[in-house]
Amino acid sequence: MMESLAMGGYGAYVWTCFGLAAAVLIINEWRVRARQATVYKEIEVRIKALEDSA
Amino acid sequence: MWKWFHQLASPPHFYRIAPTFSLVLLLPGLALIAYGVYAGLFLAPMDYQQGDAFRIIYIHVPSAYLSLMAYMIMAVAGGIGLIWRMKLAHAVAASAAPLGAWFTFLALATGSIWGRPMWGTWWEWADPRMMSELILLFFYFGYMALRGAIDDTAKADKASAVLALVGVINVIIVHYSVTWWSSLHQGQTIMAKEGPAMDPGMLYPLLANIFGFTLLFGSLILRRTRTEVLFRERRTRWVKEMILAPEGQR
Repeated sequence: MMESLAMGGYGAYVWTCFGLAAAVLIINEWRVRARQATVYKEIEVRIKALEDSA
Repeated sequence: MWKWFHQLASPPHFYRIAPTFSLVLLLPGLALIAYGVYAGLFLAPMDYQQGDAFRIIYIHVPSAYLSLMAYMIMAVAGGIGLIWRMKLAHAVAASAAPLGAWFTFLALATGSIWGRPMWGTWWEWADPRMMSELILLFFYFGYMALRGAIDDTAKADKASAVLALVGVINVIIVHYSVTWWSSLHQGQTIMAKEGPAMDPGMLYPLLANIFGFTLLFGSLILRRTRTEVLFRERRTRWVKEMILAPEGQR
């Protein structure tokens, strides 16, 4: 088990790359969701404020 | 066909259907990546020259491929927006840029990490593929900076589309750099004229990751474009009606 994780001495390089990829995918998934929530909220607040003042 | 196309390109329709399409891409994408990563790390035979370090290929090649594909989507969508004045196309182009920049970063970073044990250097300024890929990152940054600098969305769309189209030259250079000049990078392998020059045990996980990354990218760009559409259409009647509709009908 430990032997296959060590990647013949290249473990640090290999695992860093796979870790970076996981990080990039997770960051992008999170950013897409966060941006949608922010934009939606901003528009909702503005439209509801306009409705209330009308 | 044209009716379907027009309907798809209508912002409210796109906004409604994008999450479903996104999920349809996301789920098989994740399954392919799960197989590709596992098989790439543990099942694929070791490379006789590079040992286990070659396994970085399972991240490096899919991200490098996407860095170019995202750029082409950005440029073609920008071009369609310029010629046919299609609003959705500009939203797609604007959404492709940050995603493309992230995958370019991933390709450069993993390439650098791979280069250290194999070529004995993190970076080689004279390597044409590394340099053109770095320039690709700068094109993405320039594109996003240009968009950010122009307040008028219509003007930003046009100016950035022109910049994206100019940058296609660099994409072609990245692609052919290994053929035109001597590079530390190897020549075409998967798309080699005689068929893939790679053991199937190594090749299948790589293909799985390339397709898996592409599907994931598709899922991300659909949802990014959806948000972009919502923002651009924020003053329209359909957005107002959607926001004011009761919870279940949005």
